Amino acid sequence: MAQPATACETKPWRSEAAKPFISVRNIVKRFDDFTAVSNVDLDIYKGELFCLLGESGCGKSTLLRMLAGFEQPTSGTITIDGEDMARVPPDRRPTNMMFQSYALFPHMSVEKNVAYGLLREGLPKAEAYARVAEMLRMVKLEKLARRKPDQLSGGQRQRVALARALVKKPKLLLLDEPLGALDKKLREETQFELIKIQESLGVTFIVVTHDQDEAMTLATRIGVMKDGVIEQIGEPREIYEAPNSRFVADFIGSVNLFEGKVDAAAPDLMRIETEELGAVLLPPQSGLTFGQPVWGAVRPERFALSRSKPENTPNAWQGVVEEMGYIGHMSHYRIRLDTGVLIRASQSNRLRDEDPISWDEKVWISLQPSAFRVLTR
Amino acid sequence: MRGWFLPLAVVFGFVFLYAPIVSLVVFSFNDSRLVTVWGGFSTRWYGELLRDRQIISAAWISLKVAFFSATLATIIGTLGAFVLTRFSKFTGRLILTAMITAPLVMPEVITGLSLLLLFVSMEQMVGWPAGRGMITVIIAHTTFCAAFVAVIAQSRLRSMDDSLEEAARDLGAGPVRVFFDVTLPVIAPALVAGWLLAFTLSLDDLVIASFVSGPGASTLPMVIFSKIRLGVSPDVNALATIIIGFVLVAVAIAGWLMRRAMRKEL
Repeated sequence: MAQPATACETKPWRSEAAKPFISVRNIVKRFDDFTAVSNVDLDIYKGELFCLLGESGCGKSTLLRMLAGFEQPTSGTITIDGEDMARVPPDRRPTNMMFQSYALFPHMSVEKNVAYGLLREGLPKAEAYARVAEMLRMVKLEKLARRKPDQLSGGQRQRVALARALVKKPKLLLLDEPLGALDKKLREETQFELIKIQESLGVTFIVVTHDQDEAMTLATRIGVMKDGVIEQIGEPREIYEAPNSRFVADFIGSVNLFEGKVDAAAPDLMRIETEELGAVLLPPQSGLTFGQPVWGAVRPERFALSRSKPENTPNAWQGVVEEMGYIGHMSHYRIRLDTGVLIRASQSNRLRDEDPISWDEKVWISLQPSAFRVLTR
Repeated sequence: MRGWFLPLAVVFGFVFLYAPIVSLVVFSFNDSRLVTVWGGFSTRWYGELLRDRQIISAAWISLKVAFFSATLATIIGTLGAFVLTRFSKFTGRLILTAMITAPLVMPEVITGLSLLLLFVSMEQMVGWPAGRGMITVIIAHTTFCAAFVAVIAQSRLRSMDDSLEEAARDLGAGPVRVFFDVTLPVIAPALVAGWLLAFTLSLDDLVIASFVSGPGASTLPMVIFSKIRLGVSPDVNALATIIIGFVLVAVAIAGWLMRRAMRKEL
């Protein structure tokens, strides 16, 4: 960190002193006997683009709807900009939401859709429509202002929905699967557009998504949810490189998981005995005791492949390439070790004319100690 | 597969449905007083119909009754449907659901009889409605038409995207505002259809009207029915032809409106 002051400004969650803009405390939501959200704590800072990531039914949408005010929490508190949100109805909250279905009013033109919120605020018509025009210019829809929603394409509707939610300048914008209905190419373009808009307006965003690529691209931080609980909160890099559980490691990207136990915990060295790889030698880590069951997570690209035995690491194994997939910038391998376990490895293809490792070759795979992430749950 | 069977079935279906109507229309232009004997083309029965004060006034009463009861039924039915779809849990929900659809399956004789008893005892207890006439027919028709409107409105409300209403709330509209700004416009085509259905049901009804109507408030079906009992007269054919024309036009307009609304929706 060369400039810690800047990092603290752009990444306030790294600093202990920073005051959260939105704080969720011990929120529980039960529907009859089903607990959708259980004991969630969450701090979100001003100007963040926070992603709630999880599979459908994990409670991420329910959490979002509680922030918007459409669901009342069974217990717990939500504070936005220092104001307690209990008993504040959705029409009085400083939040706006962009719905997954966009929820554009079918009987109103684009312009009227976007103006609706401003007119409800009691803004004079002329001023409201001036702001609408400005917002429509921003999302590049000024030519379609008079169209009805059914005369627009999916991408255009998405932008109307975004404009309608943003035009009121909410303190917090909630986006429920904002890009879910777009096709892949459009989605990728829109992701960066969304970030640009968010940065230029400085509005705090909370995005709900089930798409990990989307979350990784958009987010300042990601909260990974499962069964109503936030499993891990962290920057995309943290979530990917340092998952705190098998679930998170497996959910984000692909991973090789090994089961084992701490075999030796000396001050200068730790050994983990796994069934699949045998012994793995690592630098010592705190918090682990002898005999403790642990899991190791290794990303495929962290394995190094070579034809000769690598000298720089004690952790190397021999196996045979069973499958190989060349996808251009990378090649994916499945390697059967002598112990019978199948390893997923991948390598980026940097050199144009190298002779790549291919099917049925006998190869060495190895890993640096830092590549082996030890998980306790 | 096209063969002869499908065209034949179509012809048969059309004959089955429309032969009686066609014969009625044809005989309305019959010059002869005898309904079953063709005496040449004539429009004399239409002229005679226009001079028949009883039929003209009954038609006018029927139209008024149909208009008011369809309008009232649309308001009541919509509110009922809204309550049933939007407030999922409240005590008495099941009873209200059953009550609102009961008139659909209740034999008309029973509906008519029970309403008559209600009106009579209300008159004795509170003095209103005083006697039976157009008001009681309107109330009775509203009762059973509201059930039909409620069913139509309910299905539209169910298929409506909930997030439309939430979006309006989110943008700062209170619940009442949301209903008038968003819910009502979105379900409007269904309400128009419901109103038209209620209108024709009310226009059609003979049984319930016979029970609850009073002197001077005979509806058109009641007058036609009593005329037929005295013997079939050709001017009834003429009247029926006019009604058919009227209904055809109304249905065409309703269909056109509905299709336009549907296209806008999608």
